[in-house]
Amino acid sequence: MATKTNVVKHPGGGWLAFKRKAAPYVFTAPFFILFIVFSTFPIFYSFWLSLHDWNGIREMRWVGFQNYYTLIFKDWKFWRSVGNTIIMMVIGGAPQHILGLFFAYILNLGLVKFKDFFKGVLFVPYITSPVAITILFGVLYGVRYGFLNYGLHYLEAIGIIPNILPIKLPVEWLKEAMTWVSLSLIAFWKWTGWNALLYLAGLQAIPENLYEAARIDGASWGQIFFKITIPLLVPVMYFTTAMTIIGGMQSFDEANVMIGVDGMPGNLYYALTTAVYTYAFAFKWGQFGMASATSYLLCLIILVMSFIHRFFFKDRDERTV
Amino acid sequence: MSVKAMAKDRVSEERLKRSDSPVKVFIKKVLLYLPLVIWTILVIFPFWYMLVLSTKGKAEIFNYPPPMTLSPNFIQGFLENYNNLLAQLPFWKNVWNSIYIAFMSTLTSMFFCSLGGYGFAIYEFKGKRFMFNFMLFTMMIPGIVSIVPYFVMMNWFGWINKARALYIPGMANAFGIFLMRQYINSAVPLDLVDAARVDGASEFGIYWRIVLPLISPILGSYAIITFLGSWNSYMGPLVVLRDMESYTIPVALGALKGLQSVDYGAIMVGNVISVFPLLIVFIFFSKMIIDKVTEGALKG
Repeated sequence: MATKTNVVKHPGGGWLAFKRKAAPYVFTAPFFILFIVFSTFPIFYSFWLSLHDWNGIREMRWVGFQNYYTLIFKDWKFWRSVGNTIIMMVIGGAPQHILGLFFAYILNLGLVKFKDFFKGVLFVPYITSPVAITILFGVLYGVRYGFLNYGLHYLEAIGIIPNILPIKLPVEWLKEAMTWVSLSLIAFWKWTGWNALLYLAGLQAIPENLYEAARIDGASWGQIFFKITIPLLVPVMYFTTAMTIIGGMQSFDEANVMIGVDGMPGNLYYALTTAVYTYAFAFKWGQFGMASATSYLLCLIILVMSFIHRFFFKDRDERTV
Repeated sequence: MSVKAMAKDRVSEERLKRSDSPVKVFIKKVLLYLPLVIWTILVIFPFWYMLVLSTKGKAEIFNYPPPMTLSPNFIQGFLENYNNLLAQLPFWKNVWNSIYIAFMSTLTSMFFCSLGGYGFAIYEFKGKRFMFNFMLFTMMIPGIVSIVPYFVMMNWFGWINKARALYIPGMANAFGIFLMRQYINSAVPLDLVDAARVDGASEFGIYWRIVLPLISPILGSYAIITFLGSWNSYMGPLVVLRDMESYTIPVALGALKGLQSVDYGAIMVGNVISVFPLLIVFIFFSKMIIDKVTEGALKG
């Protein structure tokens, strides 16, 4: 015991002191070696690859920014894929947040029984494999035998279609622009509950006495909602919408399982997301340089969008809080 | 539910009853429950339909009107589809791959991220700030950027078709270390670490015996998030697993879906086997899992 307290008194010398000095590096080194090899190096290597023409086997040929030039100025499919991705992110993402916020609000009122059951229901899609659920939706979307069109026939029978909803049956769910809606629906199904639960956690963190005080001061429902609830939810909203943007812009699973690159031409490229395009360049057509350049341009687009998104929220923050 | 929350519930219930007529209360209840009930049906329906289709033969799946209930001989139908599935895929091998990879990535990344997070939270050392900011910077770069190099590197290492290609690269990830560092900063007092040192505990002993037990709540969150992420992941395995024997479940089922003539009955059996075990585990621990995962997500 005596020697050990001794060391604490004189931390400058001895084996133990050396061990203490080395400890932080010993603890962080395994992490850092792994991190540099598998997380940092690929980011730079990807950029290096994007400056080459390479099929993965032959020797690499330096082409400078040729790949980027081709994608930006010569390749309509690239811009098409960016457009598709943004459209699907918006039509799948916006309803997620509106409905998610709505569910969170209802559950937070404390008027609903079986709250834990409904929370479970909201969570279940999150644990479900996107591949499994996409395959299932594929069956539901069947044109002649699919369940959705079968259900729509009932709406036709009672006159809602075509009088109120002007659509033609049977709906071709995976044809042209309808593909956007069909693929977005899967993301909508999967992420609405997840966002609702995050919003609920945010709502529960708002102290009850704020509401009490507002009520005593005679604030209306709308005033309480827009002046207390929403401003205090801004941090959570920032996080969830950022996740939707970052995840939505890289969306791959649904499009690749439902249509796949081989199914694209017949589909007139409505399902081509930029992530699918990247994948196809590398692993279908063996153009590793083009694939890397595509992914880097996508990265750039996501960073710009995140920046705008952040700016929007920062602005909001200062005004309301 | 906590006592406070129950009290809050009761207060609002009384408020609802006191101020309004019975008709108004009824309308309010409908407005509250109806959206939730509709959503519940929309969420549960795909699972039910998956189960139904897994018991139907090729002809029945494309019947009109579409099948919606189990027929009396549903077990036989299921077994038939099951045999068709096994004829097309080494399915149990695929299931095992999924299980093995999910467990390995969860355990190894829990260890490495908590170790690194501990180093960052407890010690002061040269270059710490730079290293940490550098990590946050790489976290901002979307994962899609690394997909091509990931394949090329796994090829260099000879890890194509190997399970380790899927858990080793994720062992040290920025999300994990960030989560751990945040939690250790808030949950482990530095005095406690110093006291343990005075008592002669080794640095690794402090990590193993004092810090790990203290951070077990966040380790639980992290474990669930990582396990689910690995179990459901599709793009990574699709890129590095080329051989049917090495497929995970999502890649295997995705491959069946990509065939010329798709055997939906067999795929649905695979879907049921991949989705329902998790679902059942979830039903038993739902409250704990939801709390842990939302907490983990919001902290990260």
